[in-house]
Amino acid sequence: MTARIGVVTFPGTLDDRDAARAVRLAGAEPVSLFHAEPDLKDVDAIVLPGGFSYGDYLRAGAISRFSPITEKIVDAANGGMPVLGICNGFQVLTEVHLLPGSMIKNEHLHFICRDQTLRVENADTDWTREYEDGQDIIVPLKNQDGQYVADEHTLDELEAEGRVAFRYVGWNPNGSRRDIAGITNARGNVVGLMPHPEHAVERGFGPDSTEEGRAGTDGLTFFTSAISSLLANA
Amino acid sequence: MATIVVHVMPKPEILDPQGKAVGAALPRLGFDQFAGVRQGKRFELTVDGEVTDEVLAKAREAAETMLSNPVIEDVVSVAVEEN
Repeated sequence: MTARIGVVTFPGTLDDRDAARAVRLAGAEPVSLFHAEPDLKDVDAIVLPGGFSYGDYLRAGAISRFSPITEKIVDAANGGMPVLGICNGFQVLTEVHLLPGSMIKNEHLHFICRDQTLRVENADTDWTREYEDGQDIIVPLKNQDGQYVADEHTLDELEAEGRVAFRYVGWNPNGSRRDIAGITNARGNVVGLMPHPEHAVERGFGPDSTEEGRAGTDGLTFFTSAISSLLANA
Repeated sequence: MATIVVHVMPKPEILDPQGKAVGAALPRLGFDQFAGVRQGKRFELTVDGEVTDEVLAKAREAAETMLSNPVIEDVVSVAVEEN
């Protein structure tokens, strides 16, 4: 069986092609899902890619919440389907309350684009199971509204339940509370993060900050993890 | 025709990077009277006809559920502005 992983395109999504490519390189079949069609096309997992859905008008990710497909995604996620939100996709997951907290403008107000080191804090989610706990990975980061915020009670709860999935290492690029780069829901099937694993999946096109240059493929493990989660749960 | 004005502000405990940047720039232009700036949003919802209690209730609901995100923002006011 080849896993079918859906990649959602909203108006203003930018990284859907890269996400589909990452799915393919990991060994699954990418399936295009469109915001206006409330049809999940029998996919086994879903990626909400990055970009600026609906121009980020109102708030980043806010209007995507009201797209016809979004309700289907929320139902599927609540039913246990693996769902990954990257950057704008993470913002959408917070707006639909699948993940707590929210993103506001970067503390320094600048758009930022760099290779970023992250620490895998939870290697027990559907999207991280092939990493090791505490492993450092390098993937690109690019955003303007990347500062993760939540109230102290929520942050304490996330820490206590091991739901901080990724933390920034070396430098916090946007002022995110407690250096949080990504989080998971309690069940471990819904994961959101600001950095972009789908841009670090193929030698020659990955992060530059590696010995060979552009050789980093640390992000591919997100997608192979999802495939092995699907096989384990089959 | 009437307008319902909705004001949304970042929660007090949430840092407001935009307001902070504006606040830092004001003294450079000689506006040194102000101790701080917070930046929010104003929405104008126009209504054909009269603003009934029902319409106003719907505006409040829209303000709480869509125009603001309760995690980071407060709805400060929802009020009718007669033209």
